[in-house]
Amino acid sequence: MPFEELSHTADWSLRVWAADLIHLFVETARGMYSLAGVKLAEKPRVRRTFSASAPDAESLLVSFLSELIYYTEQDHLAFDDFELSIDLEDGQPGCLSAVLRGASILSLDKAIKAVTYHNLQIQQTARGYEIEIVFDV
Amino acid sequence: MIRLQDLTRISDYEWEIPQSFRRDMRGPVRIFSTRELLEQILGDKSLEQAVNASTLPGLVGAVVVMPDMHQGYGFPIGGVAATQFPRGVVSPGAIGYDINCGVRLLASSIELEAALPRLDSLATLLNQYCPSGVGVKGVVHVNVPELERLMRAGSRWALKNGYASENDIARTEENGCLEGADPAKVSERAKARGLEQIGSMGAGNHFVEVDVVEAVLDPATAAVFGLRQGCLAVQIHCGSRGLGHQVCTDYVQDFQSAVRRYGIELPDRELVCAPMDSPEGQAYLGAMRAAANYAFVNRQVLAHSARRAFEETFAGKLKNWQLTQVYDICHNMGKVETHEVNEKRLKVCVHRKGATRAFGPGTPGLPPEYQQTGQPVLVPGSMGTASWVLAGTETSMLRSWGSSCHGAGRTMSRAKAKHDIRGDDLRRELEGRGIKVRAGSMSGLAEEAPSAYKDVDAVVGTVVAAGIARKVARLRPLAVVKG
Repeated sequence: MPFEELSHTADWSLRVWAADLIHLFVETARGMYSLAGVKLAEKPRVRRTFSASAPDAESLLVSFLSELIYYTEQDHLAFDDFELSIDLEDGQPGCLSAVLRGASILSLDKAIKAVTYHNLQIQQTARGYEIEIVFDV
Repeated sequence: MIRLQDLTRISDYEWEIPQSFRRDMRGPVRIFSTRELLEQILGDKSLEQAVNASTLPGLVGAVVVMPDMHQGYGFPIGGVAATQFPRGVVSPGAIGYDINCGVRLLASSIELEAALPRLDSLATLLNQYCPSGVGVKGVVHVNVPELERLMRAGSRWALKNGYASENDIARTEENGCLEGADPAKVSERAKARGLEQIGSMGAGNHFVEVDVVEAVLDPATAAVFGLRQGCLAVQIHCGSRGLGHQVCTDYVQDFQSAVRRYGIELPDRELVCAPMDSPEGQAYLGAMRAAANYAFVNRQVLAHSARRAFEETFAGKLKNWQLTQVYDICHNMGKVETHEVNEKRLKVCVHRKGATRAFGPGTPGLPPEYQQTGQPVLVPGSMGTASWVLAGTETSMLRSWGSSCHGAGRTMSRAKAKHDIRGDDLRRELEGRGIKVRAGSMSGLAEEAPSAYKDVDAVVGTVVAAGIARKVARLRPLAVVKG
């Protein structure tokens, strides 16, 4: 798993790494679901689409994860198959398009209220792209 | 990393990080803590976060932090910051995602001995009538126009619809309604999340708890608050649910560009803010107040559900089984208040995140019966430990923006608690001590274990010794319902 839980007094925090930006987004989503203990039904499969624009990659990531939290709470859906594209504008990520495939949530251990920007900075490291992210729980 | 030697000791209970500590600070950080609690506080990044909070444009005076403080995101939990109104900023992250998270206390004349045989069935009914868990539906469902009326009226909506009494409203902070709520500034998505969650607890550290008033420290004030030694009381802890989370999410996103527009530089993007007199600031204030009013209604409907459980358990078996509201307080909120600064009365926006308003005697806005005593300050302990009812003081008005602590405060990370503690073991331990537990998630229960929190008695002892609150009564838990 290209993510690990970090110690945080009140909330949940993850370090995530991936070879490229798209996989960083996908692995952060998987890490978030893992923290929440999401278990999916096998069928029926569902498909949702999502697009967002934002001034930077971090904001796109927060938008993407916030969308997943919304589906979790409102429709009891989670996703395990992601098709993402990120368009660059002036050298900065500007638009995200996503096709999300998943199913109803069978069980869930914990609720995530929100994704935060706290110390959120996508960095290039030897492992590719890396972030630390804090979730409000 | 902030070290003990970076702090100036003001007294045994008060410390300061001077404004000179970092160049971008706009005021000092005042810490209410003992040396022992301070050593725990220095174990995480909460003081760095308090220093970051002191960079908010338009900051007035000191950022104040309470002894239950701990690391949050952006702004520390247990922090209070005041910004000049209306030119200073409002920061959604300094209020938090759970807008108007707070605590309500209901008192009764039911004596412990009479209640004990029925405690188990009472806990089961509370669990049934106060829905908890992730994304769970509440007991009241509304359509969008009705939700908008609710967000404007707050607790008055609950009164009109049979969930509240006039006494409940009089004994709710701001009478259960923030003026200036603007549902038009609440996104469609936030409204969708709010339609079916009214009267639900949610998850995390939210709870409904039955307590016994174990000790009365100030009999005269306890009598005014309606608290009787040896009798049952109920605490309700929750907030604005998904609606509030979405409002904060929306505006923290929007304000990422607002700070660029207004040339505001901050050390942490979670602290993003906008001037209160800007269109962005006005929009957030309108939406935040709407979410706050939703939270007042949510706790009011939960109180109605608790009363239903008490009625089914005790009516016909005991006389005087009714629950009377002591007070309802907010601990995640931004409010425009008037405070004395340098011997002048000044309007400021007080951001409280994990801090309780603690207005002292004679402060405008308190119910007439609390004008002599100061407002009740409700400090729930960790699950299985004592909770406290305090009263606000004149000193809190002068030293802490009329604020005090909001709980015990976490000291152990959630990851460590999950690793070290088993939820079912904890449940057995609590049951062995006579505390009935109803919990939706065993891992969630483990994360909220008493050992993950500071000693609430030490926290309360600190705010009392510092003079920003005084003790009224101590509560001991009998039954806990958690999400």
